[in-house]
Formats: sequence, structure tokens, C-alpha cells
Amino acid sequence: MIILCAVLYPLLIAGIGKVAPGGGKGETVSVNGKVVGYEKIGQRFTNDNYFWGRPSAVDYNAAGSAGSNKGPSNPDYLQLVKDRIDSFLVHNPGIKKEEIPADLVTASGSGLDPHISPAAAYVQVKRIATVRGIAENKVRALVDRQVEKTVLGPSVVNVLKINIALDNLK
Amino acid sequence: MNSEITGVVLIFLLTVILAYPLGKYIARVFAGEKTITGFMNPLEKFIFRISGINPRKSMNWKQFLKAMLTINLLWLVYGMFLLIFQDKLPLNPDGNPGQTPDLAFNTAISFLVNCNLQHYSGESGLTYFTQLFVVTFLQFVSAATGIAVMMALFNGLKEKTSNNLGNFWNYFVKSITRILLPLSIIVAVILAFNGTPTSYEGKDSIVTLQGDSVQVSRGPAAGMIAIKQLGTNGGGWFGVNSAHPLENPNYLTNAVETISILVIPIALVFALGFYINKRKLANVIFAVMTFLFVIFCAITVYYETKGNPAIDQLGIAQTAGSMEGKEVRLGAAATAFWSVATTSTSNGSVNGMHDSLTPVSGGVVILDMMINALYGGVGVGLLNYFIFIIIAVFISGLMVGRTPEFMGHKVEAREVKIAALVTLLSAFLIKGFTALAAYMVAHHPDIAWQVKPGAWLNNPSYHGFSEMLYEFTSANANNGSGFEGLGDNNIFWNVTTGIVLILGRYLPIIAPVAIIGLLAKKKFIPESPGTLRTDSGTFGVMTLAVIIIITALSYLPALALGPLAEYFSLY
Repeated sequence: MIILCAVLYPLLIAGIGKVAPGGGKGETVSVNGKVVGYEKIGQRFTNDNYFWGRPSAVDYNAAGSAGSNKGPSNPDYLQLVKDRIDSFLVHNPGIKKEEIPADLVTASGSGLDPHISPAAAYVQVKRIATVRGIAENKVRALVDRQVEKTVLGPSVVNVLKINIALDNLK
Repeated sequence: MNSEITGVVLIFLLTVILAYPLGKYIARVFAGEKTITGFMNPLEKFIFRISGINPRKSMNWKQFLKAMLTINLLWLVYGMFLLIFQDKLPLNPDGNPGQTPDLAFNTAISFLVNCNLQHYSGESGLTYFTQLFVVTFLQFVSAATGIAVMMALFNGLKEKTSNNLGNFWNYFVKSITRILLPLSIIVAVILAFNGTPTSYEGKDSIVTLQGDSVQVSRGPAAGMIAIKQLGTNGGGWFGVNSAHPLENPNYLTNAVETISILVIPIALVFALGFYINKRKLANVIFAVMTFLFVIFCAITVYYETKGNPAIDQLGIAQTAGSMEGKEVRLGAAATAFWSVATTSTSNGSVNGMHDSLTPVSGGVVILDMMINALYGGVGVGLLNYFIFIIIAVFISGLMVGRTPEFMGHKVEAREVKIAALVTLLSAFLIKGFTALAAYMVAHHPDIAWQVKPGAWLNNPSYHGFSEMLYEFTSANANNGSGFEGLGDNNIFWNVTTGIVLILGRYLPIIAPVAIIGLLAKKKFIPESPGTLRTDSGTFGVMTLAVIIIITALSYLPALALGPLAEYFSLY
């Protein structure tokens, strides 16, 4: 039984996994032949010229994973969210508080969330256009193209992919 | 948002649609009829031959339990041994250390009893060898143990007067070869093609676009994730379980994994109806369970999609719901639904952090584990429900002034005593140990332990109390999820939850099997117009009332101190 469940079964799955995208090792994303990340693992983006992802309890080091595990009424936690909002407003002049979507200032469950909501991408367009000196409507069009829709689930923007595309935007 | 709620409803409907034929199939497998998995026959014969088992030998309830407990004890020793010495064993590309004895004790028990409470993080606390030879292996066999003891119940209900509850080994082996393994392969392949890793390679090091050096944990995860969902195990490959983007890559895999949580527990309810040829009884049981399940889902989905009122006060846009501890690709509704599914079925996997649920949702999932019989863990869920039935039969009997009967057997003092004791025991374990932990936190926060009680909690006040209440409820229900902010990898928590795990698993298995063994031995009384019909809607409502009354009486005060108090402080 041990051989069946712990040896044969995972080997079979590993064999089948070889023909899956990424060969069962996780799908990577490369720029100019150099691996810059995993498609499904979020990365830390703090520079003003990139789209930011969500706050992370493990600082996006995928050696581990964790959520913040903060309870909804925890005063320290609410202060932290408030600080994030203030910091966002400083970096994004001209944006009003009520335009900030909650996912940008709350930590994800895994600490590795590769996505942000479309609203969270659009709210950063103005900052990125200013910092990079690109027309706002061009960056907005880029977000339009990067929104991934699913039939029933939420629409998402992959932060790594949109930032790579941003680097290629002239 | 509306499409997300539609998504949840569709996932549930699809689960029930799949569970019905699966239940029929399971009943046929155990009745020994021909099924499409007949090709497994030679493999089963081979297993029986090398282990010297005669699958046709009948067992009474004592022999049945003896077989079950002996093999379980053996696995416990095996598991602990491998976990402590995992650093010296092969398949450890990341060079992870061996577990401390108290952690190994907790981990081995926790996987053995189908709980999968994890006081470690998969990336650093286990090696690929122990992930496969301890965790994956125990996930298969603990689920199969649950199904096998459930079959003892089925046989006791089926036979008129008999000592024979069937052969433990026969049901055990077939649970794996005919049910768990084939379904796991299907789920694992779906996961692999959506990006879950399957290879044996260790951590990868990369430099990110912005120039950070980070590592990415991987491993042969897809197979293990499949059985952890299907076997109501719940212990994930990665620390954050199915919130991890490699463990649950997209909305589709989330749907598949959610269905996997529920499909076997629901199918087993239908299997009961087919196997003992009382479809109406099974339908009534299904209706009662579903009634409470749907209410719980509706409440949780409502509060999670509505968001956290304290965040609203900060003035930002919370249109997607409460997102703390949740993943953008899954969304608030699907995470809320999962949280109820996983606590109903004693699964315990999570796709978002339960510690960050809004207070009412947090309370609902704790309550759900306190009942622990809405579908329930594979096999054992029905055993738990059976205890409620016995009590309902007894109370109905008292109300009409007749000796209570169930399925043609008199239910007498002895059986009712056992049932009542089991129900009270859960409340005693959960509340007793939570009280002990709360006492330590409140009165001895600085005692010189490895981790001081004052440092256990990740959140202050009511929510901190909920963290401790959740942990013991989860251990007793063999659920395995947690309010993971709790600092639980230390001797106090490893040992206390270890004890609760053992008692919370084996007594609720031993008791119903003993009851059914005693009932089945008794003289069969044919049905008459005066017989209490247990397959009627009225009796279903009666059982529902018993469940609600017992749970409310036992647990309302505890819930009032945690989630309810937090609710009133926020709203």
C-alpha cells in the first residue's frame, strides 16, 4: 500500500506532469532569455515606475508562504492599513481615497498573490504615466489588454506580466 | 460580484450532480457487484495475498475495531519515526531539518486521524520523502479507514439480526483502489495541466524583474493536493494550503478542488440509501444536512462579499469584499464558500486565511466544525450524524411514550448512554482545553516556556480568544484548518491538540460502531403502524432540532465570548 500511494502514484503524476505546460516544474517567464520569475508567483514591486502588487506577509519570497492572519477588528492591523493608504496617496498624487480598491492595501492569503484587480491597476495608471513620461491613454490601453477575464470568477491583472509589457511600451 | 455568487451556486449544484452517480457506484463496489473499475481486481487480490488477508472473513464489531485500531497504531509509530529522522532520509533537496519529537507526535497523529492540523509549514517543515511517505500515504489510508468503518455502520443497518459487520480489510483496500486512487489521478492531472508542480526538483532561485533575489518552493505537489481534497484530509503541500498560487492556480482549479472537498462526503450519503436499499432515508439525511449547509454558506458569502466595516471606515473602495487573507483570482465569494465546505466536511484545507474572516463568518465556520456532521469527513461524517439520529430517536420515543426503535431494533439505555457521552465529550474537550489555554494567557503570560503564553496570540481581545477556540474545535473535529495566527508549534499546543485529536477521532468512531454492533445483534422487530418512521420528513426535522439544540446548548456561551463579541464591537 505504501508503494502504491507514496511511490507509484506520485511517479505517475510526475510522468504526466512532464507533458503539462512548464514540464511540472512551474511555468517561468523570461525576458531576453533570462528567467525573471514564475508566472503564478507574485513579486515585490515597490518602484514608482512599476505596477505594485498587493502587500505580502512574506515579502514575496516564495521559499515560504503566509497570510497576515490579522483579525478584522485588530487595532494594529487597521492602523497598518491606514498607513498603506496614506503612503499610496503620497505616491499617487491626484488620486482620491475612495478610488483605492481594498486589495491594494490588504495582504493576500498566500503572500504570493500574482494578481491585482483591474481597478487596482487602473488607479496606478496616472502615476506610471507621469513617472515614465508616457501618455496616460497608452498605459490605460495596456491595462485594458492585460485584464484576464474568466467566465464566473473575478477579472484579474497579472502584475509581473503587465510590468514586463510596460517595459516594452515605447 | 453577481457572477461570483452564480459561480458558487453552480459549483455546489455540479457537486451534487456528480455525487449522486458516485454514491451509486460506491454502493455497488462495496456490495461486490461489477463496476467499471473491475480491472483493479488483480491488484486487490495481490494485496490480499501478500498481506495474508481473507477479505471474505466476517467480523463482529469488536474484531472490526481491533483491526482498525491495530493498524492505526502501527502507522503512528511509522509516521513519527520518519518525521523525526527525515533529515537523514533521501528526497530532501532543500536540506530541511528533522522534526522535534513533540511536533512529530502532533504531525503523525494529525495525519493519521484525518485531521491534518499543521503546526509546521510544508516548504520548510517536511522533505519530499515525508510529504509522500508520511503525509500522502496517511491521507490515503486515513480516508480509507473512515470509509471502512462507515461500512460497518451500513452493514449493521442492512442486516436484520447479525453479528457480521463485514471485513475491515476488504473495505479498506477497496476504498483506496476503487474510489480514492482513481479520483485522485483525475484531479491531480487537472491540477498539473493548470500549473501545479509535479517534478521532484527542489527550490529554484531567481532574480525578479525589480532585482530582488528570491527562492521559489516546488515539488511533486499535484498528487498530494488531489488526495488532500478528496479524502477530507486538508493538509496542504505549501504552508498556506490552497491559497498558494501553485497549489490552486486559477478559478477553474479552485472549482475542481472545491468539488473534490464535497463530492465523496455527499456521495456517501447517497451510497447509504443505495446500499441498504432505503433511498428515502438517505434523501432525508441529505436534505437536513444541505439545509444547514446552505444557510451557513449564504451567511458567510454575504458577510465576506460585503467586506469589513472597519475597512469601510477608512474610506477606500471595498467593492470586491473583505480581501485581507484572500486571493484576487479566487475572490471573496468563492473563498467564503470554500470556508464552509471545508469546515462542514472536516477537510480543513483553506484557500484564504480564516483568521482574517469577518466575525460572523469566523463564528459560522467554528460552529460548523462543532456540529461536524453536515456531510462530514469521509465516512465519519455519517457516523457523527448517526449519533444525532440515536438521540433524536430516543427523544421522539420519550415524546410518544414508546420504547424507541431504529431500523427495527430497540434502542435501549446502553446505546443512548454511549451516544450522549460522545456528544458531551466533544463539548468537554473543546471548552475544557480552550479554558485551560485562555487561563494560561490571562494569568501566566510570562511563564518560562519555550513560547510564552503571552506570545501565542496574533490578535488581541475577542479575536485572540477565537484563535484558541478555533484550534481546539478544529482538533476535536479532525478538521485541521486553523486561525493560523496562533503560535502553535510548541510543546503546549502540540501535546494538547495531539490528545484532543486522538480522543476526537477514535471515540466518535468506536461509539457508533459499538452502538450499531449492539443494535444489530438484537431481535428484529418488523415495522408496524406504531413504528416511528425514521425516513419521514417529520423525523428529519426532529433530527435537525436535536442538532441545533445540542450544539446551541453546548457551544453558544463559548461563541459569545469570541466571534459574537467581536461582531458587536465592529458593527
